Amino acid sequence: MHQALSVSAVTTYLRELLESHPLLGDLWVQGEIAEFKRHAASGHCYFSLKDEGGLVRAVMWRSNAVRLSQLPRTGDLVLAHGYLSLYAPRGELQLYTDTLLPAGVGLLYARFEALRARLEAEGLFAVERKRPLPRLPRRIGLVTAPGGAALQDMLTILARRCPLSEVLVAPCLVQGERAPASIVAALTTVYAAGVDLVILARGGGSLEDLWAFNDEAVARAVFASPVPLITGVGHETDTTMVDYVADLRAPTPSVAAELAVPEHDDLLALVWQSRMRLDQGVDALLNRTQADLANARSTIERHTPLRRLARDRQQVDDLGRRLDRAVDRTTAMCQLALQGLVARLATLSPQATLQRGYAVVRHATTGHVLGSVTGVQSGTPLQIDLRDGTLAAVTVPLAEEEESE
Amino acid sequence: MSNPSDVETYEALYGQLQAVVNRLEQGDLPLAEALMLYEQGTRLADACQKLLDHAEMRVQELRSNEVYPDLDLEA
Repeated sequence: MHQALSVSAVTTYLRELLESHPLLGDLWVQGEIAEFKRHAASGHCYFSLKDEGGLVRAVMWRSNAVRLSQLPRTGDLVLAHGYLSLYAPRGELQLYTDTLLPAGVGLLYARFEALRARLEAEGLFAVERKRPLPRLPRRIGLVTAPGGAALQDMLTILARRCPLSEVLVAPCLVQGERAPASIVAALTTVYAAGVDLVILARGGGSLEDLWAFNDEAVARAVFASPVPLITGVGHETDTTMVDYVADLRAPTPSVAAELAVPEHDDLLALVWQSRMRLDQGVDALLNRTQADLANARSTIERHTPLRRLARDRQQVDDLGRRLDRAVDRTTAMCQLALQGLVARLATLSPQATLQRGYAVVRHATTGHVLGSVTGVQSGTPLQIDLRDGTLAAVTVPLAEEEESE
Repeated sequence: MSNPSDVETYEALYGQLQAVVNRLEQGDLPLAEALMLYEQGTRLADACQKLLDHAEMRVQELRSNEVYPDLDLEA
């Protein structure tokens, strides 16, 4: 006979057993809502899930219930997530629900969340794994639907922005049952073709339309990309599994194409920048050379003989001026001396004697002063200078001389 | 795929252009060499620009027919 256990020991044991169970502790249950009640005061929701074979009681605390977009009604087919445990006071099993979704969407969502958690745990979304995009991709692999607007948009953008890059298009189905395998095949093909960037893209669509991009095989194929991969799936608001795995997630195919390559004008600007630097480099060098030349020229000019000549010329000028001054001085002195002599001469001139009543007799034609009668014949024309004028005269013979002759 | 792609050609030319510009900017060059580098750089810049202005994007379609031979991808 075993030892008897208390009731609460049994319920505690059961509760611990249930809550530590790997499956029952994190569980999705699909079923029909029965007896849904929201407690007015507390805001907690109490309901049951049932199907043709059974029923499970469930509770959803207010903190989770506030996230419900609308309260489920009895008879709705739903998917509930939570953990199973025992409500001891009544000995009832209860699903402690944190998420409650309409079954159609809910199933997809539940699968998506489960896969996301698994892949995340595996490290497929690791940030450290995200690779930088090539600055200027040589060959871009486009994996997308062949006839879609997404492909045309991307080709247009790539051709406009960076026609240098080569594009390999690997067409694939992007929706429907066969889409995942087709996407995987196309990805494998571009990987093998030797591209350095991959874009996986699809235009917008409903949640179901985009479902292929939530496929595990597709996600793993994206993870396996040997080169950086950009996703552009659906619209801004859609996030698919491949977006988590990709090196870069673009909100749309067009944005993916824009992120993939640099702008044509940006590349041109770089070339122009190089041209400017070339110009500046040569200009700087020419300026420096010119400055050197100017320096050399001024050095030469400082030592030019012309300067010497100018200096010498100045000296010559100086000497000339000194010479002139000396001559002038000498001349002036001579002039003074001359004036003195003239004055003295004036006192000695015959004029003074004439003033005293004497006369000077000259031969009128020769102008010679006659100091003696000797040699003066009769009839000689004479000029007699007196004090106040000149007289003309002619010599006549004297009487005794006539007699003596 | 042995022919260099446009991008490879461009990157090679642009790389040379960068090298020429850097060399020229070091400045301690004889004038003749600087002018030669300038001409070379200008030619490289012309070539880069020509590639950028006149390149036409090459688009090639890859098929994965072995997987879906019945798939009509010519839509």
